[in-house]
Amino acid sequence: MSSNTSARSEGPQPILSLRKVSKNFGAVAALTDIDLDVFPGEVVALVGDNGAGKSTLIKTLAGAHSPTSGSILFEGKEVSMNGPSDALDLGIATVFQDLALCENLDVVANIFLGQEKSALHLDETTMEVTSWTLLNELAARIPSVRDVVASLSGGQRQTVAIARSLLSNPKIIMLDEPTAALGVAQTAEVLNLVERVKAKGLGVIMISHNMQDVRAIADRIVVLRLGKNNGVFDVSASNEALIGAITGATDNAVSRRAKRLAEAETKTEEQA
Amino acid sequence: MSDSMHKPNDSNALLDRSDIRVTHSNSIADSLKASINRVKSGDLGSLPVIIGLVLIWGIFTVINPIFLSPNNLVNLLFDCSTVGIIALGIVCVLMLGEIDLSVGSMSGVGSALLGVLWVNQGWPLALAIGASLCVGAMMGFAYAFLRTKFGMPSFVSTLAGLLALLGFQLFLLGSTGSINLPYGSSMVDFGQLMIMPAWAAHFFALIPGVVIVVMGARIRDKRQSANLSAKSLTSIIVKALLVTFALQAVAFYLNQSRGVPWMFGLFILLVILMNYALTRTKWGRYMFAVGGNAEAARRAGINVKAIYISAFVLCSSLAALGGVLAASRLASASQQAGTGDVNLNAIAAAVIGGTSLFGGRGSAWSALLGIIVIQSIANGLTLLNLSSSHRYMITGAVLAIAVIVDSLARQSRVSHGKA
Ligand SMILES: Nc1ncnc2c1ncn2[C@@H]1O[C@H](COP(=O)(O)OP(=O)(O)OP(=O)(O)O)[C@@H](O)[C@H]1O
Ligand SMILES: [Mg+2]
Repeated sequence: MSSNTSARSEGPQPILSLRKVSKNFGAVAALTDIDLDVFPGEVVALVGDNGAGKSTLIKTLAGAHSPTSGSILFEGKEVSMNGPSDALDLGIATVFQDLALCENLDVVANIFLGQEKSALHLDETTMEVTSWTLLNELAARIPSVRDVVASLSGGQRQTVAIARSLLSNPKIIMLDEPTAALGVAQTAEVLNLVERVKAKGLGVIMISHNMQDVRAIADRIVVLRLGKNNGVFDVSASNEALIGAITGATDNAVSRRAKRLAEAETKTEEQA
Repeated sequence: MSDSMHKPNDSNALLDRSDIRVTHSNSIADSLKASINRVKSGDLGSLPVIIGLVLIWGIFTVINPIFLSPNNLVNLLFDCSTVGIIALGIVCVLMLGEIDLSVGSMSGVGSALLGVLWVNQGWPLALAIGASLCVGAMMGFAYAFLRTKFGMPSFVSTLAGLLALLGFQLFLLGSTGSINLPYGSSMVDFGQLMIMPAWAAHFFALIPGVVIVVMGARIRDKRQSANLSAKSLTSIIVKALLVTFALQAVAFYLNQSRGVPWMFGLFILLVILMNYALTRTKWGRYMFAVGGNAEAARRAGINVKAIYISAFVLCSSLAALGGVLAASRLASASQQAGTGDVNLNAIAAAVIGGTSLFGGRGSAWSALLGIIVIQSIANGLTLLNLSSSHRYMITGAVLAIAVIVDSLARQSRVSHGKA
């Protein structure tokens, strides 16, 4: 287990650094002294149990929550975000876990929400073309971009939310369980997309409960547990070590199950 | 019929026609079918109110043919305009899922200010009207401040405002209780007499059709060159012809009597401006977004507070303007102005016209359609010599029906996945 800050401390400058960021909701300390660095062209996977504080961290970075204490550095400069528009202006794009779409608006309006072209005479045609281009890149299966979002399936909505985040040419993209509702092809497309985004030199923070996806694309795995940093891992780290860090114990349901299976296997081998 | 295409599955298919699961309507018959399906799934638009209007007009005409006489309809249009403008403001706040219960008193204050400043104090007319609108804007700002700063439900803040404004109106008018506006002044003429010349009415009735063709053709070109499906030229022209024919017929019929009041023209102009702002500008898009999901709008970087402020300020300012016009219509600013059913008529008009009480759905046209329904009932019952007691009961029932239709449509949208 390496230290909480990145191992490459003398390398290039991180796009985003968090120093001792805490967030309290009343008596609940959802985040305590979180440190995190994201470098250009790097995919950081953020993992942890339900309620570990992953989404809270993302929302804090997206300007949707303001941190109780600690500092956020963007491209080396300390920033204070007073709202989501500040984060968007910096170039931080976010796909929220609850997607944050307006169900009464159509797909085009949702993709462009907050970034419409020509304020006094919306350019619907251009926006529609851009929407189709973005959606096709994601292999989206959306029948009509002029349908309201309420009529889309969960996965289609997720694709719309992802397309939304790509629109503004961000410097860093944060994806909160982006593939949770996606089909096989669409998940692969999102993972491809993350790789393309990474190749372009953008930073990516991705939350996922799917270790296979995480190992497939992440450069580093940052574990949160009960709102605190609980280790930074290489993708090559063993499953036990990761699960131990996520669940906080070497003896737990997951490890016991693994041990039981292993014992059963050795037994059958002995009998043979 | 269609000069767009019939081969949705080619390699060079249109961008928005590549999904084979969607049936696309290319011909006029197809678009008709599509609109029927839309209505079935609860996307009613202004259909219920138009049906209601036809019913109401039918019944009143059968009972008393005078109802449909051009002269009576011209009076109807005069009466529509003042409360209609107030209803237009209500559309803005309803769009955000908020309400303003004080528009009646606000209009009363607007007319009282006009009387006091213009007649009693001798201010120039424009300045007096401007002052009325400013007071309206300030009141709207106060509601928005209470809503965004303290999370005070607009239901409560505007109820408090209703009482406060009523008091202010009585205070302004003082012991006299009523101020007469001078007959023969341009203000009173505007409210009672000023009528468009026949040629002007016919000219204005031409504009929508021309706009439909010009804009339709431009959008069609743009969409085609962007490889998107586009409406056929035929359907654009048919629509423009239908609209032009209907409007010319209305203008011709009203010109049989006095003609189209300028005040109604002002109302229509405001409706058109509001409709443009709501559907074609960034501000309008944000109004729908905040009404649909305020948190999502906030996370998209929209200044939600500014949207609330704009809606409440517009609503109260339009209410004040409605009051000013009501004063010109009645040639007086009295303690009765804005009391009684003005408040509820304005709110009912917006709802009857099809703007949802639940936020995120509505249109500027609903103010026009709704107020015509309400004024038709009032006017028809007056012709039947029925008192305001009957009028209140019937208008109440119509409002209840409108809200039921709104709720049923909402349920239907949910079950068709369109909520
Ligand atoms: N708005 C809020 N008000 C109060 N408590 C909150 C709020 N948002 C989150 N919390 C609390 O903060 C903790 C972390 O929540 P968070 O949503 O960040 O978890 P998570 O790691 O994203 O979990 P999951 O994997 O289930 O998405 C939880 O205990 C939650 O109850
Ligand atoms: Mg979460």
